[in-house]
Amino acid sequence: MTTSTTESPRETTGGSTPFPLVLGLDTFGDHEHDARDRPLSHAQTIRNVVEEGVLAEQVGVDFFGIGEHHTDDFPMPAADVVLAAIAARTQRIHIGSAVTVLSSDDPVRVFQRFSTLNAISSGRAEVILGRGSSIDSFPLFGYDLADYEDLFEEKVNLFAELRKGGPVTWQGNLRPSLNNQDVVPFTENGPFPAWIGVGGSPQSVVRAAHYGFSLMLAIIGGSPARFRPFSRLFLQALEKFGREPLPIGVHSPGHVADTDEKALEEFWPRWLNIITKMSKVRGFAIPTMESFRFEVGPQGALFIGSPETVAQKIATNLKTLGANRFDLKFGMPGLSPASVLKNIELYGTKVIPRVRELLAD
Amino acid sequence: MSGSAIPSSVQRIAVLGAGHVGPVIARIALDAGFEVAIAASGSPENLELITQVVMPGAEARWAADAVAAADLVVLAIPLHRFPALDPGLLAGKLVVDAMNYWAPADGVVPMFKGQEVSSSEIVQRQLSQSTVVKSLNQIAYQDLEDGRRPAGSPDRHAIGVAGNDAGAAKLVGEVIDRIGYDPILLPSLSAGRILQPGGPIFGAVLARSQFELAIRTTAVHA
Ligand SMILES: NC(=O)c1ccc[n+]([C@@H]2O[C@H](COP(=O)([O-])OP(=O)(O)OC[C@H]3O[C@@H](n4cnc5c(N)ncnc54)[C@H](OP(=O)(O)O)[C@@H]3O)[C@@H](O)[C@H]2O)c1
Repeated sequence: MTTSTTESPRETTGGSTPFPLVLGLDTFGDHEHDARDRPLSHAQTIRNVVEEGVLAEQVGVDFFGIGEHHTDDFPMPAADVVLAAIAARTQRIHIGSAVTVLSSDDPVRVFQRFSTLNAISSGRAEVILGRGSSIDSFPLFGYDLADYEDLFEEKVNLFAELRKGGPVTWQGNLRPSLNNQDVVPFTENGPFPAWIGVGGSPQSVVRAAHYGFSLMLAIIGGSPARFRPFSRLFLQALEKFGREPLPIGVHSPGHVADTDEKALEEFWPRWLNIITKMSKVRGFAIPTMESFRFEVGPQGALFIGSPETVAQKIATNLKTLGANRFDLKFGMPGLSPASVLKNIELYGTKVIPRVRELLAD
Repeated sequence: MSGSAIPSSVQRIAVLGAGHVGPVIARIALDAGFEVAIAASGSPENLELITQVVMPGAEARWAADAVAAADLVVLAIPLHRFPALDPGLLAGKLVVDAMNYWAPADGVVPMFKGQEVSSSEIVQRQLSQSTVVKSLNQIAYQDLEDGRRPAGSPDRHAIGVAGNDAGAAKLVGEVIDRIGYDPILLPSLSAGRILQPGGPIFGAVLARSQFELAIRTTAVHA
């Protein structure tokens, strides 16, 4: 690490990255509406997600991720099953969770499911682990929200052991111990890629480095640039723990349409609806149009607009953050399959080549 | 400090909590020229790298050491960890309670469950030898840094400051002002309920006029 500690981290970029550029898409299985704005069934929405994954490969997207959720707006509790369907119909695209709520899952089962997905897809599976900012899984599976730190810490610890392969011996407080236990299926070519999704806690960044997971920065509000110090923190922590550098990714929501106006027009009412519901659950005041405009602007965390607008914003932020990967969380409950497919097509055919071009020089 | 919980001025700030919001509070306090120490629940060794990279200039310390040397302590720990915190640690200190209680998202904390009073009143009851002021709780960590504006800016944002002790609230108000926000003083911890989750101000970045309007309209409908 050559970074001097005297320079202010807020003045510098996150640093350059030795890793290849990866441009992906994420969905939470957002509940779609038909052209007349009537909700589709959950089942149809799930089948549409399979088609979206297949289209993503066709238009040149590198990664397709599905985030676990448990609500009517996001009926996507078994993302790995859907990923397996996509795996069976694709050859090249990488597939993974975005995120798996590890805190309310069993690390052994998570490992087995993704190791199975890795087998089905011939080594294209990845897992992104999250503490779960979407809290609906806790009451569903009988976990106490007050335990979320301990649950995540302990389960990440076990998952790191499982990922190494070979018989596992492990002891914790929240789950029965394992004693020299084989956990199958074994992977063919070593551990599959694993990431930790991190919001804004530097302690989580250090935890990812400690266990040797890649860092996925979930930037869903405020200025992406404020995450700059986290890239440096991650690289310095890896070094401190005697590990090689690992990839750094960014996950942010957005929507691409032919023009900026069209993208905003399609996205805003759907976003407002969801954020209003979220504000009731979380107790925060409903954001205004003004705050939405800020998030859409160059300083904000929403990647919405024409292919050129979105590509510029992605390229700028990847450079600023020293990250080698960007995953656009596309869709929003209530959007139509047509506008979602259009988004994917534009992302693959226009945004991705443009970002590659912008970052080439 | 000799028994009194209110220092004559604030120069040294201790932030308890190094998660999402603690480091941001530390950073903006450093920018405003305060001396800042930060502590989590464990050894400062675990925080050294984080402090160096994310809050250069702050000092990572054990909680007890950070508090002992501070004029003002910011509590930025999850509310469900508060019941286990030793009140003796904070005795004789001016404490800014930046914590929030919102059971649907954070789970039920028995000490705070079903209480008619504001969460900061319960914090004050528990910390009977400290002077508690509620502030810095209402703006999300991702907005706190970018929301700052120099004094006198037409688009300056506001942060609520609620306390039973007017002198303590005034002192905290001065800190908020130096950090880059207009302090809006509320006359009691009970009045600080307006700053809590579920209220009109929580999670919003508002100008003074919008903030005051929200307070007035809520008071009418309460
Ligand atoms: N997140 C926001 O946007 C925001 C904004 C304003 C106010 N708040 C309030 O601030 C509080 C913290 O929120 P957060 O999101 O920052 O939580 P968080 O990310 O979970 O971080 C909690 C921090 O508190 C530390 N901690 C726990 N018990 C402690 C103790 N007894 N002494 C010292 N440190 C202790 C933890 O350290 P260890 O890991 O070592 O235990 C950790 O660093 C909450 O009450 C929240 O409502 C949050």
